[in-house]
Amino acid sequence: MEVLVASAVGIMTTTGLYLILRLRTFPVILGMSLLTYAVNVFLFASGRLTVGAPPILTDDATMYADPLPQALVLTAIVISFGMTAVVVMIALGAYLGTDDDHVDDLIVSDDEDVQ
Amino acid sequence: MTHWIIALIVLPAMLAPFIVLSARYHIGIQRVFSLFGVIALIAISAGLAWVASDGTIILYQLGDWKAPFGIVLVGDMLSTLMVFLTAVLALFVLLYVIGSGWDERGRHFHALFQFQLMGIMGAFLTGDLFNLFVFFEVLLIASYGLMIHAGGNKRLRAGVQYVLFNLLGSTLFLFALGSIYAETGTLNMADLALRAQMIGADATVGIRVASVLLLLVFAIKAAVVPLHFWLPSSYAEAPGPVAALFAIMTKVGAYAIIRVYTMIFPPQLEVTTGLQGVWLMPAALLSLALGMIGILAAKSLDRLVAFSVIGSMGMVMVAIALMTPEGIASALYYIVHSTLAGAALFLIVDLVKSSRPSLSLTAMPPFAGSTVTAGLFFVAAIAMAGLPPLSGFVGKLMILDASFDTALGVWVWIVVLTASLISLVGFARAGSIVFWKAESVPAGEDSEVFERSHAMSYSAVGGLIVLLAAYTVFGGQAQSYMIVTSQQLFAPNAYIETVIGSQGKMSNIFSEED
Repeated sequence: MEVLVASAVGIMTTTGLYLILRLRTFPVILGMSLLTYAVNVFLFASGRLTVGAPPILTDDATMYADPLPQALVLTAIVISFGMTAVVVMIALGAYLGTDDDHVDDLIVSDDEDVQ
Repeated sequence: MTHWIIALIVLPAMLAPFIVLSARYHIGIQRVFSLFGVIALIAISAGLAWVASDGTIILYQLGDWKAPFGIVLVGDMLSTLMVFLTAVLALFVLLYVIGSGWDERGRHFHALFQFQLMGIMGAFLTGDLFNLFVFFEVLLIASYGLMIHAGGNKRLRAGVQYVLFNLLGSTLFLFALGSIYAETGTLNMADLALRAQMIGADATVGIRVASVLLLLVFAIKAAVVPLHFWLPSSYAEAPGPVAALFAIMTKVGAYAIIRVYTMIFPPQLEVTTGLQGVWLMPAALLSLALGMIGILAAKSLDRLVAFSVIGSMGMVMVAIALMTPEGIASALYYIVHSTLAGAALFLIVDLVKSSRPSLSLTAMPPFAGSTVTAGLFFVAAIAMAGLPPLSGFVGKLMILDASFDTALGVWVWIVVLTASLISLVGFARAGSIVFWKAESVPAGEDSEVFERSHAMSYSAVGGLIVLLAAYTVFGGQAQSYMIVTSQQLFAPNAYIETVIGSQGKMSNIFSEED
């Protein structure tokens, strides 16, 4: 299971970073979402991987699943969801306004600069 | 346990929705509430700074849960100082906003402004790393709104870059938090400080990775080279007063580095040794050099000021990277100075922008009120470039003095002094093109006529300049306060004991076990 989770985090991070380096808004936002999925799984695994263990210690429990990372992941999901919505709106506004979806700097020629 | 410390977060958090919901269409009421909120923040944070100034650690356990089970807010000398600085800066920015009418150019300025303050206050006060992440997000999401306030295509494009870069930074922050939790099992700063010492010398891989990741995240916030790329266009395209408020946001990164790397991973801690000297110092020197060269190379006034912010953050990081009590004390002195000077410069840029066709550094006919603006620019540029008699010079002197007999001291002296000279030439060039050469350019027939800025805008900038002057005059007292603050930072046991040792819910469980 460790190999599976680790490779999932790795593959999602690589794909996410690749897409972010495309520097056009749509792939970048997709890449950012993939990266947040990767970090969510990573956070989840930071409390160690356990199967079928209760999250609360009881008298007859021999092992338990750490509940804190689950709470952290929940917060992270909510925040990244909100942030993605914000960036989609801003990127859409910028795209419709300038008819250009590059995220790197505008190249301003010298003549234009003087005006 | 007094509740005053949480008022700094709750007050703006309540004011913002109130402004959105009930005062939506009444700009006058919004202004009154916003001003009232900021003045209350100043009063409360001054009171907290007074309480903390004798070395008391103010602890607030949310829901009375004992740390590390609950989230705590902690006010020591450093956090109360930063909170007070934020509140004072916010007042002058708000006065400028009202004077210049920026808040009428788009909806919800005051609500976003209050949310932004809430995030900054929370980031300075929290004693929990995950909570720090949450407050970073609060201040960022408010800053996204403020950054694109009043719209415009160029601003939206710069906004996309700014948001995406910060989202990447937040993801990195989560990776860092995950690895810290996996290694130590806690995210409470005081608890982490205790557990980081317990890590054996044979199992340091994870915690090393985590501490470097965390440093990267804070370096993004503090715009340290090579992670500074987001800053110039975001700050230059943001509305002037918003950029002035953002002057404190880079300092949030510097604050987090000071907090984490004096308490959790102090320089003497073996598992993370070499992080500051080997990596942070050269990066800081590079950002100082690059920022100052950027001042000379900038083609427009707003970019120039944005680069001066990078340069001054480089100066702060140089002092922090020394990681000595003297170094941190001089860094703190410089942080207050560069926040005020940077904010004043951004406001002045906005004054110029509102009465000149463009901000490009080419000679144009003189504009209304250019004499007063020129005078303000002159003083603020002297402060930012670090010339005597203003506080920039004092701060630089303290940094040079603190680095005198350290390993990289020679490099610090060379870079700081050369960079100062370059920035001086850059500011002098910009000032003479914008304000002096204007006298020799005849006004064209068809040139637009701009109204003179409102007196309130000038008084807000003037107020910041007066603060800078006062900060220089009372430099001695300020310096001794900073020295005591940094001594408190290098003796974190009082902090840790207050946080971990205080009673609350759950403490009975531990006493039974003992």
